Amino acid sequence: MTDSTLFMEHEAIVDLIDGMAEMLRKHIADRDLADPVVVGIHTGGAWIAQRLNRLLELAEPAGLLDISFYRDDFTQIGVNPQVRPSQIPFDLDGRNVILVDDVLHTGRTIRAAMNELFDYGRPATITLVSLIERSGRELPIQPDVIGLSPPLGLSDHIKLNGPEPLSLEIVHPPQPNS
Amino acid sequence: MASSRPRDLQLNENGRLRHFLTIEGLSRDLLIRILDTAESFAALPGRPVKKVPLLRGRIITNLFFENSTRTRTTFELAAKLLSADVINFNIGTSATSKGETLLDTLRNIEAMHSDMFVVRHAQSGAAHFIAEHASPRVSVINAGDGRHAHPTQAMLDMFTIRKHKGDFTPLRVAIVGDVLHSRVARSQILALNTLGVSEVRVVGPRTLLPSDARSMGVHVFHDLAEGIRDVDVVIMLRLQNERMDGALLPSEHEYFRLYGLTDERLENAKPDAIVMHPGPMNRGIELDSAVADGPRSVILQQVSYGIAVRMAVLSMAMQSQADLEVEA
Repeated sequence: MTDSTLFMEHEAIVDLIDGMAEMLRKHIADRDLADPVVVGIHTGGAWIAQRLNRLLELAEPAGLLDISFYRDDFTQIGVNPQVRPSQIPFDLDGRNVILVDDVLHTGRTIRAAMNELFDYGRPATITLVSLIERSGRELPIQPDVIGLSPPLGLSDHIKLNGPEPLSLEIVHPPQPNS
Repeated sequence: MASSRPRDLQLNENGRLRHFLTIEGLSRDLLIRILDTAESFAALPGRPVKKVPLLRGRIITNLFFENSTRTRTTFELAAKLLSADVINFNIGTSATSKGETLLDTLRNIEAMHSDMFVVRHAQSGAAHFIAEHASPRVSVINAGDGRHAHPTQAMLDMFTIRKHKGDFTPLRVAIVGDVLHSRVARSQILALNTLGVSEVRVVGPRTLLPSDARSMGVHVFHDLAEGIRDVDVVIMLRLQNERMDGALLPSEHEYFRLYGLTDERLENAKPDAIVMHPGPMNRGIELDSAVADGPRSVILQQVSYGIAVRMAVLSMAMQSQADLEVEA
């Protein structure tokens, strides 16, 4: 049987995102990223992207990416019929893009997201922001800003539920003989 | 050994769409899944790059034994928007015995490592035949076989109806014209009934309606004004002169006088009724230009939606092949 434990509740996650917004502001200033735009990855990344977008007081609304059509594991999982169309309500050419995800794990989601972003245009830079960073990278992809890097078992999964309230949950793999 | 029946042939052990040959035997859930998947593809043309890499590295072969510009082009476009590579075979229908010719063609194209065949043929059952004999790693999509079925056309029509009307259950739909020769109508009737519309009507002269129409779950009308009264959707069919053996009609002029859709006659339908036609349409025979180009016509939308629906079917069938890869 799979069991799961609550890892973090709404208020703590909101505090984390506030902290991420601070780090992001500093990152933007240090790197001199003019007129940044925020793009969140469906679904968890989009919730965080909305909050960051408000906290950074950016002029344009946050964009949304659904990377289902860009996944490299299509042959294993197939097409989800509920794919939400990506919404990028601005021209990406030459822009400084802040790409937001909830959990950075293997890096494959980010690879797919970058492939899709380049189908919309040629961003000047992409900054990677993730609420959770965990071990298990399979591609050379590293975040610029993270909220938290919790120690997790190799086969544990961490999952963001939301959008109201937000909660982080750790799903443990089935135990043998239990 | 008993040959597999359509429903067995179309789904794999996991209940996924392996071949798409007919609407018959498919569940409402599966049809809805096709429509939902198409919905997500329908948004792609709004992007700067319209392609997605879903079927990259796959080969899809259009095997057209019967001419069709629109269907072949939209299948080709659907495959290309999924990043598959496409081969087009336009093979004129030959008078030689069907079986061997078809099998030979099939083996040849299989030897070219195609992952999927999109088949159109003038003989009913041709796509089934190919699906029964194709290797396990190939999916077959029926793009129209004789008078039998044209399931992707029916599904793009369902998609168009859902876009305009939302829920299927309260709808009354009239299918007007040459139902007898129409594989489109047959597939539409099956799809509409599976999706649970309130009423399906067929409207036309006795000579162009199948004698077993009532057993197909439809109400039969011979008068156009009566037949489209209070319907939500009017589907006009093309007069298929090429499939008519004898003199089933007095003349095209006479046909238009009795069954041609005009603005005046359309008044009988609901005020927000939509008018559909699978194309190619004969202006002045099945319907008046004023109707075809009028505000209630959704005929060109049907063509656009056809691409998204075909993308859905191609990607779903390719996904069932992935089940094979996992097992292997």
